[in-house]
Amino acid sequence: MTAPAPASPAPASPMTGAPDLGPTPSGGVKGFGHLLVSETTKIRSVRSTVWTLIAFVVVTIGFTVLFTALISANWNNGPNHLSRDATILADPVNFIMGAGINLGQLTICVLGVLVITTEYSTGVIRASLLAVPRRFPMLIAKIVVFAVLILILSEIVVICSFLIGSSIIHSHAPVSLGDPGVTRAVIGAGLYLTVLGLFSIGIGGLIRHTAGAMFTVIGVVLVLPILSGLLPGSWGAHINAYLPEQAGSLIATHANSNAAHLLSPWEGFGVLCLWAALMLGGAFYLLRHRDA
Amino acid sequence: MIEARDLTKSYGGKVAVDHLSFTVQPGRVTGFLGPNGAGKSTTMRLILGLDRPQSGSATIDGKAYSELPNPLRTVGALLEAKSVHPGRSARNHLLFLAQSQGLPARRVGEVLDLVGLRAVAGKRAGTFSLGMSQRLGIAAAMLGDPRVLLLDEPVNGLDPEGVLWIRNLMKFLASEGRTILVSSHLMNEMAVTADHLIVIGRGKLIADSATADVIARSSEQSVLVRTPDAARLTSLIEAEGGKVIPVAPATEPGAEADTAPALTVTGLAAPRIGELAASSSVVLHELSPQLASLEEAFMELTAGSLEFGEHGGPAGGPAGGTPAPAATPGGSAR
Repeated sequence: MTAPAPASPAPASPMTGAPDLGPTPSGGVKGFGHLLVSETTKIRSVRSTVWTLIAFVVVTIGFTVLFTALISANWNNGPNHLSRDATILADPVNFIMGAGINLGQLTICVLGVLVITTEYSTGVIRASLLAVPRRFPMLIAKIVVFAVLILILSEIVVICSFLIGSSIIHSHAPVSLGDPGVTRAVIGAGLYLTVLGLFSIGIGGLIRHTAGAMFTVIGVVLVLPILSGLLPGSWGAHINAYLPEQAGSLIATHANSNAAHLLSPWEGFGVLCLWAALMLGGAFYLLRHRDA
Repeated sequence: MIEARDLTKSYGGKVAVDHLSFTVQPGRVTGFLGPNGAGKSTTMRLILGLDRPQSGSATIDGKAYSELPNPLRTVGALLEAKSVHPGRSARNHLLFLAQSQGLPARRVGEVLDLVGLRAVAGKRAGTFSLGMSQRLGIAAAMLGDPRVLLLDEPVNGLDPEGVLWIRNLMKFLASEGRTILVSSHLMNEMAVTADHLIVIGRGKLIADSATADVIARSSEQSVLVRTPDAARLTSLIEAEGGKVIPVAPATEPGAEADTAPALTVTGLAAPRIGELAASSSVVLHELSPQLASLEEAFMELTAGSLEFGEHGGPAGGPAGGTPAPAATPGGSAR
């Protein structure tokens, strides 16, 4: 062993006599509070999660700036610009939010998968379950910490994105937070990202392998909407409308543009919440019934 | 105290632990011994609630592990498989565990000192050597100052210094009245560490008694006899109830061509064989009692229960399941 550690053969002093371990927690609410602190330490003490969060901020705001700046520079210009500009004018908030979120949401999916699958891939799950043998409180604490962290961060990011994006495109498609439905769309974008992250945690808990879970989530978010669009007749439209990403992202659109959609923004968000609840329910079930 | 009652676990129809019952008492080091694949790790996982048994139950101080309110304050465990994120520092790994039990952060520094990892506490655990990882695992197990410790192959990957350190630590902790269950597939290691042995093979209990008893019981004494008159001596010994197995010349290292044939005698002590030979005027060239080594004793004990490798007797020769004394002339004690 090349340990720089001094390895005294005799047990060191901390073991002689009973160490002061502090009060024995009584479990219940206080015990759950300890688990929240513990899960927070887990998230912040690993580089991959920290870098993923940084990537989320950079990608979301960066692409909002990029897309709105490109459109602004090419307004009334380029092939098919008439229909493109008309679409943006009809729902500028959808355009601004979508510019950053379409890619930014992938980092949230990655993080949601990672916080659960790395426990399995590294074996930390065994340490976690030895500490919390009832298992459910550990996963609940993980979900709460993730949800609060992502909700706060993504609200900040989407509000910044909107303010920056709307100011860039203001001269062509003016929109402000005070317009009807816009605040809901902006705040809703943060809600959408948070619940999509919870959906990813559920998939991660079901599949347990990082690559497999990642592939599944990305497939559901990016590939299924395209595939369902290829289905003939109203089949495709109906399936498409109820996919997690398609339904959930409706909340980040302007109310006026919803005539073509099968679901209202809040209905769509509700569908995404159901998807997330279904996946998390499955994750809880497997956590209880499978060997760790 | 750890109690296992009728524990049974199979994976995909393959039985790993087979109606296993035992009790681990406090105040001494209990060795959990068995060949690789005997079910030691599985048994520990069942006790710790990581795996669920098909039948039976395990309790720690009368409670199932999952019913312990802050389990790390009662039970410390070092598992054979890694359970540390390679990207997380040793300190943060211990910190999240301490926090989950409501233990003060100061405790992390204390266990880091205990295992001598203070200097590298901020380094990512993925950069640790096997020995350092084992020390980190011990630190995690000691976080809650537990009354009960389960250590799965703790000396794996440790250098001699580390082995000695862990041995002394376990003995010290046992002397404080704690319950210590430590698994190993090495009989020699257990012989110098454990006061009591629980031996399993193929998931079944083979022995559960004091270490000295297990060694004495399993190492049946044999005597190597060399005589030019093997046929007569054999009949004399067999008349007295002894058992004679001729040693094949090929198995004798360094045997010369004119050496008298050798016999392995069991069931009869060397002095009695000498008396028999003298009374019938049989010439003896050699008469030496053979002490089975600890490893041989262990092989004997678990013969036929090996999960992998040869399923025949440990000697693998025509002698079958008896110790092969010729391979170790003069016997080899520890």
